Amino acid sequence: MTTLLSARSVTKSFGGVQALKECSFSVTRGSITGLIGPNGSGKTTLFNVITGYVRPDAGSVDFNGNDITNFRPDRVFALGVGRTFQLTRIFARISVLENMLVATQRDESWLRGLTRSKSSPSELASAMDGLDFVGLAPLASMPAGSLSYGQRKLLELAYVLVAGPEVILLDEPAGGVNLTLVNLIAEKIRALNKEGKTFVIVEHNMEFVMRLCDSVTVMHQGTDLVSGPPAQVRADPLVLDAYLGGGDDEDGDDDD
Amino acid sequence: MVRLRAGLWTAALVIFALFPEVVTNPAFRTIAVYTLMYMACATSWNMFSGYSGYVALGSAAFFGTGAYTMALLSIHLHMSGGAAMFWLVPVGGLAAMVAALFVGLVALRVRRHTFVVITIAIFFVFQLAAINMNYTGGSSGLSLPYVPWMISYFDVPFYYVALGIVIVAVVLSSLVRRSRFGLQLLAIRDDEDRALGLGVKVFPVKLAGFVLASFCIGMAGGLYAMFQGSIYPQFAFDPIFDISIALMAFFGGFGTLLGPLLGALVLESLQQYLTLTFSNGSLYLILEGALLLFVILFMPQGIVVYVQQWWVNRSLKATTVAPDAAPSGASS
Repeated sequence: MTTLLSARSVTKSFGGVQALKECSFSVTRGSITGLIGPNGSGKTTLFNVITGYVRPDAGSVDFNGNDITNFRPDRVFALGVGRTFQLTRIFARISVLENMLVATQRDESWLRGLTRSKSSPSELASAMDGLDFVGLAPLASMPAGSLSYGQRKLLELAYVLVAGPEVILLDEPAGGVNLTLVNLIAEKIRALNKEGKTFVIVEHNMEFVMRLCDSVTVMHQGTDLVSGPPAQVRADPLVLDAYLGGGDDEDGDDDD
Repeated sequence: MVRLRAGLWTAALVIFALFPEVVTNPAFRTIAVYTLMYMACATSWNMFSGYSGYVALGSAAFFGTGAYTMALLSIHLHMSGGAAMFWLVPVGGLAAMVAALFVGLVALRVRRHTFVVITIAIFFVFQLAAINMNYTGGSSGLSLPYVPWMISYFDVPFYYVALGIVIVAVVLSSLVRRSRFGLQLLAIRDDEDRALGLGVKVFPVKLAGFVLASFCIGMAGGLYAMFQGSIYPQFAFDPIFDISIALMAFFGGFGTLLGPLLGALVLESLQQYLTLTFSNGSLYLILEGALLLFVILFMPQGIVVYVQQWWVNRSLKATTVAPDAAPSGASS
């Protein structure tokens, strides 16, 4: 079991708020790793640092043995790290299919985009396969803005997948969607994981996390508190304390 | 549907091509030349601003660059006025692209409102430079080599060159719309950070779009200088131009291919015609303002989008009885 993705001693503060403090985190290749913790514990900031949206004050991020600290988001994605956002972000005024096609280029040079059409037949096929996988194929030609919230979550998952990243960071995939859809999303994640995809999941739905994840890291006040298999983490007194005992709300909310 | 559309484009092209043959009144031909220039500029402007959502209000900087390129080159190359000067029109376009490259490198680092303000500020830098440099003739402007064509025929060559620029602008704009590059611009319009996270190299894409869009605007500027015979900084670099082409695109349909063409056709020809008719009043401003207000109130997305939606609704009503035809998908 090798480490695919890791963050070492990452520190980041926004003005007076220390969002991350010496936070370390690692993901084993082929695993589903959960990242949990109270609101404001720095989970989303850690995602932002890994994917290049936020520059850390200190610390480093490694992917596949390469240092990717401070890489821009497009480069991080081109290397094979895909992510979704907590507040689902899709391209509302273009069609569902075109949303998929935006992601298919991955590491193509920007000059190439000037001279080629929107999609090749193979890209179109893989985009349709991706939509089919999440059950959105019948809506391919609809404007993405007309999708419901749950459908947007599925679309976001599908277009991140279509570029074939090695690891996918999901920020609250089960947040704000109904139980049927939560189960559907869990089922898709498990199916993809069987094919060898690695996942990192930030989620407040404990049942979802405990059921899916091989390993869980608990964050508290910007630092990693405990890491281990779900059963072990759940019983850890430090975790119980962080979730139930300590007053954490004064940290503010890092989740954007 | 595709055949119908191709037929309509061809019909429009034929009408435009035959216009100077049918209409021989020089005043109307002059209006037509200006209208075509604005059609090219609005289409070109929309190719970047309409697709990417970056509303640039400084495009007159590129129009003026094209105009001054035409003027300075024709003077310094000692050209005798005539059709040979038309070769400087694309040179003006290229000069505008070089200017846009430098402007874009600065302005495209910021977004939304800041971008709008920066483009306006940069525009005034261009205008002030033209006013204050000796090389550009300062505020007394430059006179180009005299074009010795008969008055009854004078506008016709300009008309066809302007039509050519419109065609280049439309072809470029539709190619961009169909390319991967155009899709990336649309993605940037909807959510730039998300696009970045899906591997879109947003800065080079924006810069390429910005530079490409200035080509036809620069060509139109070059043609304008030659058409006028003399240029002045306040008209070559005209703030009204900045606003006009944006307004034309919004009027017709922001981000659509047809919208800016239609907007420029209606607004520019109307404005020129009203100026001609009510020459010593500003009545035309009131009429044009009323028209704009009407469109913005009742068709906020522009005429083209409004008509499209009306058409879709009408055909939906005609073909289906069930109002809920759209599939609602999985759940939630």
